Amino acid sequence: MNLRRRYLRDRLMVGLVYLGTSVVLLPLLLIIGYVFVKGVGALNWDFFTKPPAPPGEGGGGMLPAIVGTFIIDLMALAMGGLLGLGGGVLMAEYPEHPLNRPLRMVANVLGGIPAILMGLFAFVVVVLPMGGFSAFSGSVALAILMIPIIMRSTEEVLKLLPWELREAGLALGLPRWRVTLSLILPAAKGGIVTGLLLALARAAGEAAPLLFTAFGNQFLSFDPLGPMDSLPLKIYVYAISPYEDWIQQAWGAALLLALMLMLTNFIARRAMRRR
Amino acid sequence: MRERLYGKLGDRIFIAALVTLGGAVMFIAALMAWELWSGGAKAFRTFGFWGFVFGREWNVITGQFGAWPFLVGTVITSAVALALAFLPSLAAAIAIAEYAPRWLGEVIAYLVDLLAALPSVVYGLWGIFVLVPLVRDRVEQPLFLWSAEHAPALMGLLGPPTGIGMLSAVLVLALMIVPYASSLARDAIRLVPREQREAMYALGATRWEVVRRVVLPYARGGIFAGVILALARALGETMAVTMLIGNGHQLPYSVFGPAATMASVIANEFTEAEGGLQLASLLAVGFLLFLLSLVVNFAADWILRRMSVGEGHE
Amino acid sequence: METLRMETRDLTVYYGKKAGVRGVSLPIYDRKITALIGPSGCGKTTYLRALNRMHDLNPIVRIEGQVLLDGEGVYASGMDPVVIRRRVGMVFQRPTPFPTMSIFENVVAGLKLVGVRDRDRLMGVAERSLKAAALWDEVKDRLHEPAVGLSGGQQQRISIARALAVEPEVLLMDEPTSALDPISTQAIEDLLARLKEQVTIVIVTHNMQQAARVSDYTAFFLNGDMIEFGPTEKIFTNPADERTEAYITGRFG
Repeated sequence: MNLRRRYLRDRLMVGLVYLGTSVVLLPLLLIIGYVFVKGVGALNWDFFTKPPAPPGEGGGGMLPAIVGTFIIDLMALAMGGLLGLGGGVLMAEYPEHPLNRPLRMVANVLGGIPAILMGLFAFVVVVLPMGGFSAFSGSVALAILMIPIIMRSTEEVLKLLPWELREAGLALGLPRWRVTLSLILPAAKGGIVTGLLLALARAAGEAAPLLFTAFGNQFLSFDPLGPMDSLPLKIYVYAISPYEDWIQQAWGAALLLALMLMLTNFIARRAMRRR
Repeated sequence: MRERLYGKLGDRIFIAALVTLGGAVMFIAALMAWELWSGGAKAFRTFGFWGFVFGREWNVITGQFGAWPFLVGTVITSAVALALAFLPSLAAAIAIAEYAPRWLGEVIAYLVDLLAALPSVVYGLWGIFVLVPLVRDRVEQPLFLWSAEHAPALMGLLGPPTGIGMLSAVLVLALMIVPYASSLARDAIRLVPREQREAMYALGATRWEVVRRVVLPYARGGIFAGVILALARALGETMAVTMLIGNGHQLPYSVFGPAATMASVIANEFTEAEGGLQLASLLAVGFLLFLLSLVVNFAADWILRRMSVGEGHE
Repeated sequence: METLRMETRDLTVYYGKKAGVRGVSLPIYDRKITALIGPSGCGKTTYLRALNRMHDLNPIVRIEGQVLLDGEGVYASGMDPVVIRRRVGMVFQRPTPFPTMSIFENVVAGLKLVGVRDRDRLMGVAERSLKAAALWDEVKDRLHEPAVGLSGGQQQRISIARALAVEPEVLLMDEPTSALDPISTQAIEDLLARLKEQVTIVIVTHNMQQAARVSDYTAFFLNGDMIEFGPTEKIFTNPADERTEAYITGRFG
């Protein structure tokens, strides 16, 4: 009987599977560890409240980038959320609509396009006509990144709701638009918020689409039509700079960004569960 | 008015609004393809479409632009990263879905998701300051010295052992796509019905035999589609690669030496592009990247439909 | 004279803290069909799955008491569930053909596990098992086509042939016809009568007529207890317990 050999192989595979898993997790835990250890030292009051200092002077902070991140991402969420929700509702609530098939395909295509191309696109259609880099163009690029994510999650959560809920509303004599707006969307609120937040978290970590749209700005700016800074951009710029104090701040910014994204992901999951 | 809104009119307005939004999404996608194409048209016109695709020269001074070095760089880095990432990510998926006790599986799954959420620039930052010195001192220099002594013919293939270059970029790229590939494989494995596993156990199978003969074959469509989607990710991955690959467009590439991908050349040169032709060439590279992602994504879709099991018999 | 093939002594199966089956002692006679009947949720499936250690796969399940196979403890230390399951095969409620395998590969899946590679031998076993499962004539010309192309009844007979191919001593069947149409059900019931010449069968069924038609012995389960066990004829004509009588006359369940 070769039972012993079979068990030997079984054990061996258990070992290999866990070995493979640690090969995945170890470097990644290392990354998190490094970001935390190196980043924590850079976080202080100035980091959150001061604009960047010229290299070598020390001090200075990330205020323009932090503010810019919020402005750019929220504008993107507003635009991407509107389009994504519209498309998602159309696909879930009007499954018979002829636009749905091409729309689903387009959503899949958009979801598979590298983020940097969103940046190129926004450069061509926003930056060039408007004559300069702007936070708004960055938001456009990020919004396009969000659209397929929001569409897909919206469609999924709406389809989870029982069809009887719609029929119950229609039986009350409500028109379909009221059923959708007053019954369906509130019932799916948690799931929709989750989708929005996950899309936000995904876009907020991207630097590539912002390189030639929002561009970056050393000074605090609230002007959506002018260049603006953002944390991922700042990390990139500082990381490839030769200045020790900037690199130190890049670690701090990386930690801050990672924490913000984890928090957003965490809230997103909570929203889903609470429903 | 209120009555009419509650009649046909209200529904019409609502649908019209939804269709406008949905149509806008489709318009944006179409416009994107068009703008990348027409933005790059000047390059395609100057060098010819295939001339641009296969052009090996990318020279700002002479105004000669060809995408071939970036195509090669993109395909090599992505394919090697995927090859490195495949088995570990499958192992992690099997551990989560099959082997680990529930609590441990959840912890691993949570960590994997967390790592998928880390931004590309953070991987790049870590790569520059932790991975690059490590790779340079522990891998590249010893190998280079060894080859200098024993196999000088290899030195050209290995390239300069500076740490910044193809090898580091590939390693970080592999790390980045592992969580993604792994979570897709995990989803596919979780779709395997319990009855399938039990039927194999009832024949006297060990756990590995159940995984090998039932779970993996059943989930193969999802696993392979996941692999292809991970490849699509790798193809377009920009920041970390840009930060680590060294941005050299001189073919042939060497293992340690600088290289470039389509995404990295765009990220690097776009804001400093001089003259319309360079800008157009970069947009044309973007258009090619767009096409490549499209093809790979459709391939994943096709594989998922072609290789899936499970719908037909239930 | 009847000989014992399996036996449980005071078998209790816990799901967490709750007992799904309580203190069941039951003989399972060689080359006979033993039917387990009772309303849904009565513990008959839970009992059945304890016989070949399928509960091992679920960490919250705990087993007390004894299960004996040819006088040896199934749960004794040193007994290997992989070996036990090979000797005590199982057919499930829903047909479970492996969708990526052909009909032939499905049937010999168990043999391939133990490393049988010889093509002629595999083919011989496949033919014998498919004949035993009364399926050979229907599939002999398309052995290498996917098993999922077959009808539900044929798929269930594939599952039976697959279980028979490893030559088990005991075959456990968990409501094997509940997902099938009447004609397929008939085919499988006819099959059981012939199968019991080779193999001991324990069948869970919610269909009392089926139990009466096919089995030699019947055990009646209710709420995790085994209420009554005896020759099928006696259980159905002259039950000792009034609850058994109430159930078989259709007053509940």
